[in-house]
Amino acid sequence: MKISVQREDFDCGAEIEALARGNPRVGALAAFVGSVRDVNEGAEVGRMTLEHYPGMTEKSIGAIVEQARSRWDVIDCTVIHRVGELQPTDRIVLVAVASGHRGDAFAACEFVMDYLKTRAPFWKKERTPEGERWVEARSSDDEAAERWQEVK
Amino acid sequence: MRIKLLFFASLREQLGIAGEELDLPAEVSTVGALRAHLRQRGPAWQAALAEGKLVRAAVNQGMAGPAVTIVAGDEVAFFPPVTGG
Repeated sequence: MKISVQREDFDCGAEIEALARGNPRVGALAAFVGSVRDVNEGAEVGRMTLEHYPGMTEKSIGAIVEQARSRWDVIDCTVIHRVGELQPTDRIVLVAVASGHRGDAFAACEFVMDYLKTRAPFWKKERTPEGERWVEARSSDDEAAERWQEVK
Repeated sequence: MRIKLLFFASLREQLGIAGEELDLPAEVSTVGALRAHLRQRGPAWQAALAEGKLVRAAVNQGMAGPAVTIVAGDEVAFFPPVTGG
């Protein structure tokens, strides 16, 4: 399991490769990559700053990954989340899951992402032509996380 | 009872403070009571931590609801709903 909160960019290909390398039990790899868009809530976004709660961030992602492992066949998992200054098209987050089968890989990857969006202490501040603004949490993200309580 | 208090994101900006060490009266022993206690500090605090406003809390770096108990030496954080990913 690899969890990293970092300012630097990451190499998706290398990270995904590293998850399965040399492990013949891995039959499926699912990955999600999130990146910065240039439009949000109807406004142009120039740059954004990602703030987090050092210590709690790593702990909460670790707890989310542990929950995923207890629910699905997760052989290995990598979560990388960037913080600091980011621009449109920059990568923000990578969640990659190696499993025996695709069903578990897809489900665990989506679960980690949904939980990360509602439980890991990150906050985005956007710069728009009208000035800086903190991104508001979306109820659709809460709903996405809640549906996992009914599944399986 | 001495605790460490932290604020993040918009809450930190509204209150103009990132963190402090704080001596709490004995009766302030839960997250909810602490939030009410801090509201008494003035208008900015009342607005930022107003009842009904979505404010999350963590005790010792784990998400905590208003009923969670606080003991001496705890690290308590208040912040807005998270927006990562």
